[in-house]
Order: sequence, then structure tokens, then C-alpha cells
Amino acid sequence: MTSDDTGDIAIRARGLTRRFGTLVAVDHVDLTVRKAKVHGFLGPNGSGKSTSIRMLCGLLTPTSGDIEVLGLRIPEQADALRRRVGYMTQKFSLFDDLSVRENLEFLAAIQDLPRTAARGRVDGLIDEYRFGDRQAQLAGTLSGGQKQRLALAGAVIHRPELLFLDEPTSAVDPESRRDFWDKLFELVDAGTTILVSTHLMDEAERCHRLAILDHGRLVADGTPGELAARLEGRTVVVHSAQPRRAHQSLLKVPGVLSVAQVGNALRVLSEPGAGNVDCLRDELRRAGVDADVEAAAPNLEDVFVAATQHDGDTHGDGHGDRDRGVERA
Amino acid sequence: MKSRRLMAIVVKELRQLRRDRITLAMIIGIPVLQLVLFGYAINLNLRGLSTAIADQSATAGSRALVMDMLATGVIRPVANADTPQELTELLRRGKISIGIAIPPDFERQRIDGREAVQVMVDGSDTVVQGAAVQLAQVPLDTASGAAATALSQGRLGPDEAVPGQIRVVAFYNPERRSAINIVPGLIGVILTMTMVLFTGVAIVRERERGNMELLIATPVTRSELMLGKVLPYAAIGLLQTTVVLALGVWLFQVPVRGGVLDVYVASVLLILANLTLGLLISTRAQSQFQAMQMTFFVFLPSILLSGFMFPFAGMPVAVRWLAEVLPLTHFLRIIRGVMLRGAGLFELWPDLLALVAFTAVMMTLAIARFRKRLD
Repeated sequence: MTSDDTGDIAIRARGLTRRFGTLVAVDHVDLTVRKAKVHGFLGPNGSGKSTSIRMLCGLLTPTSGDIEVLGLRIPEQADALRRRVGYMTQKFSLFDDLSVRENLEFLAAIQDLPRTAARGRVDGLIDEYRFGDRQAQLAGTLSGGQKQRLALAGAVIHRPELLFLDEPTSAVDPESRRDFWDKLFELVDAGTTILVSTHLMDEAERCHRLAILDHGRLVADGTPGELAARLEGRTVVVHSAQPRRAHQSLLKVPGVLSVAQVGNALRVLSEPGAGNVDCLRDELRRAGVDADVEAAAPNLEDVFVAATQHDGDTHGDGHGDRDRGVERA
Repeated sequence: MKSRRLMAIVVKELRQLRRDRITLAMIIGIPVLQLVLFGYAINLNLRGLSTAIADQSATAGSRALVMDMLATGVIRPVANADTPQELTELLRRGKISIGIAIPPDFERQRIDGREAVQVMVDGSDTVVQGAAVQLAQVPLDTASGAAATALSQGRLGPDEAVPGQIRVVAFYNPERRSAINIVPGLIGVILTMTMVLFTGVAIVRERERGNMELLIATPVTRSELMLGKVLPYAAIGLLQTTVVLALGVWLFQVPVRGGVLDVYVASVLLILANLTLGLLISTRAQSQFQAMQMTFFVFLPSILLSGFMFPFAGMPVAVRWLAEVLPLTHFLRIIRGVMLRGAGLFELWPDLLALVAFTAVMMTLAIARFRKRLD
């Protein structure tokens, strides 16, 4: 890592903390986001993703910690930052009772685009985001995917250097999502930095770099490849005719962090040094379960579970199959 | 403050308003409905009240007085009576609402400047009572000058109870209620109701729908947001003023004795006072429903204490102080002065000042409370 070169850094946060009463929503998060990259914030609902994003764009004052975004100190210089960033909220936040064009015209005006430039920019965006035949339609009557596309067009209307996207495609079908991400990479190619929060694995996989949040804490940070590589040897797939029985038996094996059923197969994640293929095969045979055990390449979901599952609370909840908190898309 | 951003917000508000059918209907519907309800309800009560007249004097003067009273159309003779006792009896039995007793020594009393005529009224209905007060003005307008003056001076005291639930009502009552008095007040009531509600709800709605999070992440400033919200509604308030004023003049022949411009200046001041109050409410309310509840906290005292419904003079001192805080109280004094007494706006400067001060305080509080942050 060559993170010492500040010219390359879009966001740098140190010890970022936010309390709401007694709840610690964000707990000493350190984050470095490089320019012209897609940086993902992965975490279950309530893990502090939105709170972190709001603090980073100056909408929420941190309880403690230092933030520097595009060389500006936040929240002190939040006003100057607002002109240089775009923010797409989790909930659709454009005006339902304005048309596509009216929404964009409004945003262009409040983002200080000069009148003639604004007209050209709105025309350009309507074209680029394929709203040509829908520009007079009220935003409230658009489909979920169209709304997200419009929200993105609105967020980039002033050509921000940095884009914050808070769970942009959670409620959107896979095709619209793919379409949306194509747009994001076009923006990145043009030099825009993107910080996107998500609880969807297929979105996380597309990010250049990922930060995983759990209960307000940063539990992993790296490229998807790096993060998966760290789990080498800890993931195993078990095929069995009796998946439920095999499931129960596996949970009793010390060192097994999680067992998830995927079709007829079980995906097992173990602590480092425990639960390798041979060990699990022996355990299952001893339990009288007929099963086929083989090593598997770790994926992002394993990364997520490994990062958010802590020793000690694995076996205590009866089923042991903890809510993984993330969705397979 | 950039005019382009401000204009963008104003245009956006107007566009949204154009698509909001219910609000649009309220803008015109509320003034028309209230005006017709208040205006006609009172007009109907003022006509054809069942009456008996006991004229014990039976002189040319007393007969002329009776004819004048009948000519107002307020009373309609339904029974005969010879003595005040018979009138009391008729009143008690509910045969008549108003009894007029002209004593045998009517002419002498009138010349002496003492109480010459008694108007007895069924006091259980305050509206009838109000009609009687109007009726009692007849002799003042028609009888000989000196006597009339004496008459009014002699009966200026508070209402006086007479046995048998009959009341003799004061001959001159500046707070008498009628369409003429209601319409100017109605401008104030309608502006109070709609302006506070519209702005109160307008900002909370954006917060509820999530628009606010988008807005505060842009370079828009607090004062642009606030002013951009207030300006379109101020225009709507003036539109409402015009509707009430035009209908009042057309349907109820309400006089505008002062300057029309003065009426509008006073209305603008009340509109701004109410809009800024609405903004303050919106910075506090968490939902549109809460904003509406808070609006009613303001609206009810405004209606009841401002002098619109009940004479201000009849209120305890503590309540009067409370009423002084309400913009509607000051507006009513201004608008009644301008429209009914033909007063110049600047003769009423204490109330003007009160409205301006109220607006300044509310706007300051609203801007101070409105944060461009989510915390």
C-alpha cells in the first residue's frame, strides 16, 4: 500500500465515532478511500453504514474522530464540500410530484449551474440516462430501477468528484442493478470516486475495495480478492443425502464458525487451523452421517461471515446458524 | 442568498402545488366556505325575529319609532301586547324573541334624555341578543339629535338583567356582531388557519419523504430554503385575501372605508407572521400530523381569544395578555379599523409594530432552529 501519497486519497477518516444516546452507531472506524475507485461499505442493516456516510459528507457531526474529504476538514468545511460531492440517499429523495425533467432542472439550479449550462446538462443527462421518452413523467410513477437511475443522474448533475451512494440498488431487479453499475464504472473511468454502501454480495464483489462494518466497527478492509485469500483453507463444502443431520453434527465440531445450506450442499466456514477437510470428514463419519467433504474456494460471503461472526456466539443460539445478515443476490 | 436558487425553490413549490389538488381546493374552498357559512348564518338570524310591541304611549313619535324598527326587517310582529308584563309573559312562553316596551311617558322621558324604550330579548340566544342590539340603534339614528345622544349616553352601561330571563341590552355596542364585522375578521382567521398549516406541513412533508436529506446535501442555504417556501404561500395568502374581500363586498356589502392598499399591507403583515410561525412549527414537528396538531394549538386560541368570536373587552386580564401574543388579535384591530372605521394604517402603528416584531422573532427562531445537519 502506498497510502502516504495524499494526492491520491479522496477520503481519510480516523477514529470516526458516533453515538446516539447510549447506542454507539459507529465505533472508531478508520477508512481510506482512493480516488477514482469504487469503495464498498458492506454490512448488515444497522451496522453503521448510513451513519458513516452521513458523517463523511458532513450531514451528521461525529461524536469524535477526524475526517478529511477531498482535502477538506469535515464537518468544519462541509459547505465547501457540498459543491464537490454528490449524495444519493438510501430512500428515493427526489420529488415524486415533479417530472423527470423538472427534478433535474431543480437540482441543476440549486447546484449553481449557470442557466444555459444547466439546460445543456439536463438535456445531456436525460439522453444519457435514457429518459428521452419519459421526461414529462412524474418521478413518483417511475419503476424502482428508473427511480434509481434518475437519482443517480440527479446526484451527478454538477459533476461531483466524489459520489456517496447509500444502498443504491437494494430494491432493484438484477438487470437494473447491472445497468446501474455500468453507469458507476463509466463515472469511475471519468475520474469520479465512489463510496457505496450495500448489503448485497454481488454489489460488494464489484467494488475495487471493501470495508466491512459490523455493529459500528470496521471488521475487515481490503480488496475482495485479498479478503477472500485470507480465508484460504477455512472453507469446505459438504454434500450429503441428509443435509439437516449433517448440519446439526457440523455445528458441534469445535472451530466451526458457520454452516449454511446452499441447495443440497452445506458450506462450512471454520476458524483458522480448525475444521479442515479431513477433520470434518472424520467428525461426520463418527456421527454416522454419510457425506462427501471437499475444500472450496472462499467467496465474499465467507469473508463477510468470518468478519462478523465472533468466537463464542456461534454455538450458543441453539441452531448455531446465525443470521448471516447479508443477502445473496 | 442566490436569487437563482431561491427562484428554483419557489418554482418547485408552485409546480408541486399545482399538482396537489387538495391543497389547491383548500386555498379557494376554505375562504368561500367560511365566508358563506359565517356571513349567511348571521344574516339569516338577523331577519324576521318574532316580536311583540307594547306601545303604551301611542303618540305620533312612538308610532314613528315602531315604523322605523319594522322597516329594518329585523323584527316581525307576531303577537299583540298592551303592557310590559304581557311581553314578559310572551317571552317566557317562547312566543316571541323580542319584546319592545314603549312606556306611557315616552315623550317626556325622551325629552328629559332618560331611558325611553325597553327592548326585551330572550337572552338564551346570544345571536338574537346581538340582533336586538342592532335594533336598539334605530332610535339613535332617527330620533331627534339631542334626545338620541342622551339616550345612548344613558344606556351605555353593561347588560342589565331583568327578572324572568329577560335582558335589556345596551343600546350602543361597538363589539356587536354582524356580517360586516365578521368579514374583515374572517380574512384574518382564514389566513391564520391556512398559512400556518401550509408552511408547517410543507417542510415536515419534505423531511418525511426524504427530500430534506437531499436538499441539505446541496449548496442551498437555510434562508433560501425558508424564503423559497414562504414566498409562494405569501402569494396564496394575498389571493385568499382578495377572494374574501371581493365576496364580502359583493355578497354582504361590507364597506372598505379605509384604503384598499392598507388592507393588503395589513394582510401581508399577518401572512408573514403566520408563515414564519408555520416555519417554526415545522422545525419542531416530526410528522405532518404533529405539525397539524401544533397548528391547532395556535388556531384555537386565535379564534377564541383574538376578539373574532368574543369581545376582547370581556376577557380577564391574564387572557388578554395571552391574546396580545397572537398575531390575529393585532390584525383584527388593524383590519376593523381600516375597513369599518376608515382609519389610516399608520394611526394603528402599535398593532403594525406588534405584527412586524412577531414575524422577526419567529423567523429568527426558525432559522436558528433549522440545521443543515441531520443531528
